[in-house]
Amino acid sequence: MREREREEMDDFDLVKEFLVESYENLDRLDQDFIALEIDPTATEKLASIFRTIHTIKGTCGCLGFGKLESVAHVGENLLSRLRDGTLGINTEITTALLKLVDAIREILHSIESAQTEGNGDYSALCATLVRLNQAGTAAEADHAAPVPAAEPIAVSMAVMEAPAAVEVHAVAEAAHPAEDDHAPKAAENAEKKASSGDSVAGNAIRVDVELLDKLMTLVGELVLARNQVLQHTAAQQEPALQRTAQRLNLITTELQEGVMKTRMQPIGNLWNKFPRVVRDVANACGKKVRLEMDGRETELDKTIIEAIKDPLTHVIRNSVDHGVEAPEKRRAAGKPEEGCLLMRAFHEGGQVNIEIIDDGKGIDPAIIKRKAVEKGLITADQAARMSEREAVHLVFAPGFSTAEKITNVSGRGVGMDVVKTNIEKIGGTVDIQSRVGEGTTLRIKIPLTLAIIPALIVTSGGERFAIPQVSLLELVRLEEKEAGIELINGTPLYRLRGNLLPLLYLNRQLKLTNASKASGENIVVLRAGERQFGLVVDQINDTEEIVVKPLGKQLKSQAVFAGTTIMGDGGVALILDVLGIAQSANVMSQHTDANARTAVHQNGAASADKRTLLLFRLRDEERMAVPLSAVARLEEFDRAKIEHAGNQFVVQYRGKIMPLINLSEVLGDRRAKARMSRRKKTESAAAKAQVVVYTHQGQNVGLLVEWIVDVIDEQIDVETSGVRPGVLGTAIIKGNVTELLDVSAIVQKALDTMGPRAAAACELSDDLLSEPVARAA
Amino acid sequence: MNDNNQYCTFLVDGLLFGVGVKVVQEVIRYQQMTMVPLAPREIGGLINLRGQIVTAVELRRRLGLPDRADAAKPMNVVVRTEEGAVSLLVDEIGEVVSIDPSTFEPPPETLTGAARALIDGVYKLKGRLLLVLNTDKAVNVC
Repeated sequence: MREREREEMDDFDLVKEFLVESYENLDRLDQDFIALEIDPTATEKLASIFRTIHTIKGTCGCLGFGKLESVAHVGENLLSRLRDGTLGINTEITTALLKLVDAIREILHSIESAQTEGNGDYSALCATLVRLNQAGTAAEADHAAPVPAAEPIAVSMAVMEAPAAVEVHAVAEAAHPAEDDHAPKAAENAEKKASSGDSVAGNAIRVDVELLDKLMTLVGELVLARNQVLQHTAAQQEPALQRTAQRLNLITTELQEGVMKTRMQPIGNLWNKFPRVVRDVANACGKKVRLEMDGRETELDKTIIEAIKDPLTHVIRNSVDHGVEAPEKRRAAGKPEEGCLLMRAFHEGGQVNIEIIDDGKGIDPAIIKRKAVEKGLITADQAARMSEREAVHLVFAPGFSTAEKITNVSGRGVGMDVVKTNIEKIGGTVDIQSRVGEGTTLRIKIPLTLAIIPALIVTSGGERFAIPQVSLLELVRLEEKEAGIELINGTPLYRLRGNLLPLLYLNRQLKLTNASKASGENIVVLRAGERQFGLVVDQINDTEEIVVKPLGKQLKSQAVFAGTTIMGDGGVALILDVLGIAQSANVMSQHTDANARTAVHQNGAASADKRTLLLFRLRDEERMAVPLSAVARLEEFDRAKIEHAGNQFVVQYRGKIMPLINLSEVLGDRRAKARMSRRKKTESAAAKAQVVVYTHQGQNVGLLVEWIVDVIDEQIDVETSGVRPGVLGTAIIKGNVTELLDVSAIVQKALDTMGPRAAAACELSDDLLSEPVARAA
Repeated sequence: MNDNNQYCTFLVDGLLFGVGVKVVQEVIRYQQMTMVPLAPREIGGLINLRGQIVTAVELRRRLGLPDRADAAKPMNVVVRTEEGAVSLLVDEIGEVVSIDPSTFEPPPETLTGAARALIDGVYKLKGRLLLVLNTDKAVNVC
């Protein structure tokens, strides 16, 4: 016993490796089973499943995990017959085999946490597997191969009763001779067969996440050191030093992006388990649901993937359980019996969007309202005043569950509110849209990473603060102090395009003493959950990529700060927690709630069709608009900084070369060229160039515009006839005829016609980044 | 020489304090500090220690002693704690002294206020007393 234990300690690394490998294989197994059920002829899947189970059985035999071995063994017997084609697959068999996978996973978890196989009882499962195997044998009397069925079941029973590890081991060893020896051979065959079909990434290596985290920290420090070096060298005249500093700058930026990428994982890794979830839930509720996935390759930071795992699983279960109707109901409604659940993921504006779309019965606002009133979440009066959209959003209210009857799948009252809280915790947002009878769309927006984030640096009371860009909506500058700021009961409010925006003064909120001496007011419009508010600061400095560092234990209780960061000059700045500030200032209080509510009311149900547009002007007062969602950023450059590369205007932007597109020129306006020369003088007068930054296939492209006018939220009717190329249509916005720009077409066209040198220069930096990188394990 | 009997000493409002050398990560001169709004008053601010952000605890306030004169700049004694490094803001850094364990006595009864809870005991040095600061308790500002 002693010796055995010591050996196991020595074997611990081996065990760890076995666990990692087995988990990976099991995840694939779930998928294979589902694929198999859909297409029972996919024998290469069977071979792969068989191989996985066989490997697990073999390895745990070596490591002395007898219980696991015996369970895997029964499954292997059944699988081998399936693979040989002497037994056909059906739902019952699939269910049993999936349960087997669960059992194996359970034991593996137990091994991981407690170093023992745990005391779960798998005899019923083993019996089922054996019975299924025998049923096959009985049906096919001509199948001569004797199946050693009784043996494994006896073994597994014995194992279940055996309390001590050593006995288990003994039993497991006893089981060895009983094993029919055609299995290993079959496994070899299977491997041969599968090696052609299953592509295992050969150029990937496994790296400990801890190491990656350490690298990330180091790179964060390198970025700071780089910033300081750049600041000091700027004052030096030495050209060699200048050059070296520039080089250091570029290398650091690339290294930072490279390390960030190593932490990125395709969301598909997480989604792999969802086909199984959907299948299980659908079977349990007697529904038919097809799961479709789009954008599996969309990459996210590993920590974020971890954070959205549970919320997403919950949403999926909910959609199948509550969203999709039973087959007969669907038929009655004239829909195909099989419901469809679509998961989409894509990058947009520096964030990841995840959508879960079902074609089920949708959410009926009337039912939601009734339930909410019954549960005492809202009063009948409130319910009557609520818009449909607000009612649908009630599903996010704490303690709300719409299930008509509580099932074992979902509907225990811990639900969507937890989903929402968890998503908001990582700086994301959740939105839900639903049409009764047609389906529900749940939209989740989350940041790409939490380690290095873009932030707006502001000053208040002499201190610098960083505001995460994800919460930032817009910046408003009032030229005169307190002009346009109104007080209601002492609460300052600002009218932003007709809507009342509650204002908070950062210096008052944080009890900073230094009063602002600047003339005018700077309002940072922020989003906190569903609400908006304006944060008044003394000064708006710049946007920067900041490395997030946690607050010390002594300051953890400070809800208004999300962390700290080190600025380029080596000073420390606090990162504001927008949600925390809003809560501490009671922006979410009933008073403002009511305000927001009436605002939503006025906009009514049309809000779903509304689009947020960025309005800008080209020369000659041409008004144009692009959807704000297409815009990555708005920037202003000194005209002196705009350089030429080939025939292309370019500008150095975030350590890369960003091509600039002169919109007037690209839009093919013949007059534009003539005007260009005429305009030269006025251009130099305006020393700053306004640029709309757009991200195209991971590359930033700038659109040169004359003047950025506004951001509006408006319902528009687009007229698409007779438009020039590069324009999607025209619409009347704010009383002016405005053209809607087809951004992707313009960018594509510009990149196509771009001088080869410029294009090469831009692609070079991309290529360097797309080098294969080690994936996190 | 036993490390356990070596103490890093410093002065706070004329009192001589000591912490075990093993606990001390480093001793540095005054660092630019970022104040933390709304934080407990014992928190002096945040300092950037070569890329690591360290919370600085104002020992005078923690011990219930009067504030330093405005012009006087505190020094940092960076100590290791379970939650990472924390800096203790002190008036002046003393030397590292070796102590005869037999001179130890529990905190004197006359010691009052917040200081009482943070002091493990007293060593009777020649002509002066060395107060042994419990760093874990000292940094536990909540």
